[in-house]
Amino acid sequence: MTNELPPGLALRKVDERIMTLNVGPQHPGSGHMRIIVQIDGDYIVACDPDPGYVHRGEEKMAEYRNYILNIPHLERPVIHDSCNVLYPYVLGVEELLGIEVPERAKYVRVIASELNRCIYIMYWLAIYGIFLGHSTMFMWPAGDRELLIDLMEKMTGARVTHAHFVPGGVRNDLPPNFEDVCLRHVNYFEKRIKEYAAVFYDNPILIARTRDTGVLSRQDAIRFGTTGSVLRASGVDYDLRKKEPYDVYDELDVHTNVMKEGDSYARSRIPWLDMLESCNIIRQALQKMPKSGSVRVKLKPNPKGKGFDTVYKRVESGRGSLGCYIVSDGKPEPYRVKLSVPSFRNLVALPNLLRGEKLGNMPSVYWSLNYWPVEADR
Amino acid sequence: MSSDVKTTTVDSKPEVKSPPPKPAAKKTEEKPVELPAFEKSISDKIIEKFGDKVEVGFVKEDRIRINVGKEDVHNVAEFIRDGLNYDHVESVSGVDYPQDNEIEVVYHIGSYSDSSLARQILVLATRAQRETNPIPGNDATKLPTLRDVFYSVEFHEREVFEMLGVFFEGHPDNRRLLLPEDWADLPPLRKDFAIKGR
Repeated sequence: MTNELPPGLALRKVDERIMTLNVGPQHPGSGHMRIIVQIDGDYIVACDPDPGYVHRGEEKMAEYRNYILNIPHLERPVIHDSCNVLYPYVLGVEELLGIEVPERAKYVRVIASELNRCIYIMYWLAIYGIFLGHSTMFMWPAGDRELLIDLMEKMTGARVTHAHFVPGGVRNDLPPNFEDVCLRHVNYFEKRIKEYAAVFYDNPILIARTRDTGVLSRQDAIRFGTTGSVLRASGVDYDLRKKEPYDVYDELDVHTNVMKEGDSYARSRIPWLDMLESCNIIRQALQKMPKSGSVRVKLKPNPKGKGFDTVYKRVESGRGSLGCYIVSDGKPEPYRVKLSVPSFRNLVALPNLLRGEKLGNMPSVYWSLNYWPVEADR
Repeated sequence: MSSDVKTTTVDSKPEVKSPPPKPAAKKTEEKPVELPAFEKSISDKIIEKFGDKVEVGFVKEDRIRINVGKEDVHNVAEFIRDGLNYDHVESVSGVDYPQDNEIEVVYHIGSYSDSSLARQILVLATRAQRETNPIPGNDATKLPTLRDVFYSVEFHEREVFEMLGVFFEGHPDNRRLLLPEDWADLPPLRKDFAIKGR
């Protein structure tokens, strides 16, 4: 037992200049995360992110439940993006069990996954707006995402945490007339988010606060292993939907949005461009989807893997590449499930981005990482 | 599992047609396994360089697994970065094997800068000795860190340290990350740490 106090609580010799500040872990400001910053006047000299305030032990719980019972709780880390969080797990279990998924189910999954991506990004955009003091940008996305939530409710029966993807397909087929309603909502949604450009992205105040703050070079973005919008805002053309297409993404025309600046502005713009791209993908998927057919392969109760096996699957979620490593030892429960989440990977960049920034720029840099505290904690 | 595939009728559809014959789950015939050529060439390069210090776990489409002892893991990782153009680690997972008295640490390594490797994941696995009564950081459960080879493992290795008690020698910042500061129990992802009520 040492007398050392944990980081952040430790008493430091008070220098005349350096001051230690705890930002968080209360919700306003940082989400459920604490960022310990040391400031010299107005400038940040060091930053130590301290996640872990919502740690739920999803990976441990997964070892005690069988492959199907794991579905509802493994999607909890990001409830707004629940289909995408579950996606790699479901793909992995399918490979372990050797299941072929019906064609229609693959399209339903792609549509659900793209709708979820938009729902998540809208939520993130609302938070990003309010933390930059732009309350219109809080109200508009929070209102407009209801359209897509209604669609997901029609499709899955739940507004968030859908538990819709199962090994072998999706839980239920689309309701009657869904295609028309979906097309109508998505078209309106696209028209609506295009209006955000005038209010938010071309707004001189936003540009002044985000341009050239927290610049992440291409080289560093690769070295830190960042992913998703952070990586693509730094000029790396990498999107798993295109590079390693899963399900039917190889039959759809997916455009990857890349910007070269690597600053907060680019990082906040890429998710918005992704939403426009998602609308295109949904329209293509609705057009190409088989009009009828089965959406689920019926499994035996309590499916097991065939002996010792490991699988690593990844998908492009709303925040970036999300991987799932499953170790099976032939029992009905997985031996080990590990989620490799984009928020946790992008967090490595935060201390390096904040060093030398003004404290007032912290919200614009921190939230531009497309960070979701609960996901990093799992 | 794949043999008893049935079709599910869909009751929410307005006009219920008999579902068309859906693609039946393919029965894979037992053929001599053909290893994918590109992946094989990568694993061959590693074998050529390190000989019998490394063992190829599997070569599948887009996935290569290399098992290596903890003495050589640093050298192999350096070769993977410099010789094979992999540039970042996506995931570091610890897996506890109490029956072998070992803890396995698995690095999933990918590449952004080399577009021919964009689909590939190289799985580098190594094993540390496991102690029954762990004192995290002060027992034999130790591995060399890869933080100086791949910067991206920084937080992942800290997570493995607190969750499984594997100390990474040479890591510049070996502190707790996710668990409460006053956690004094076993590392929670070890198999002998039981969830309450189970």
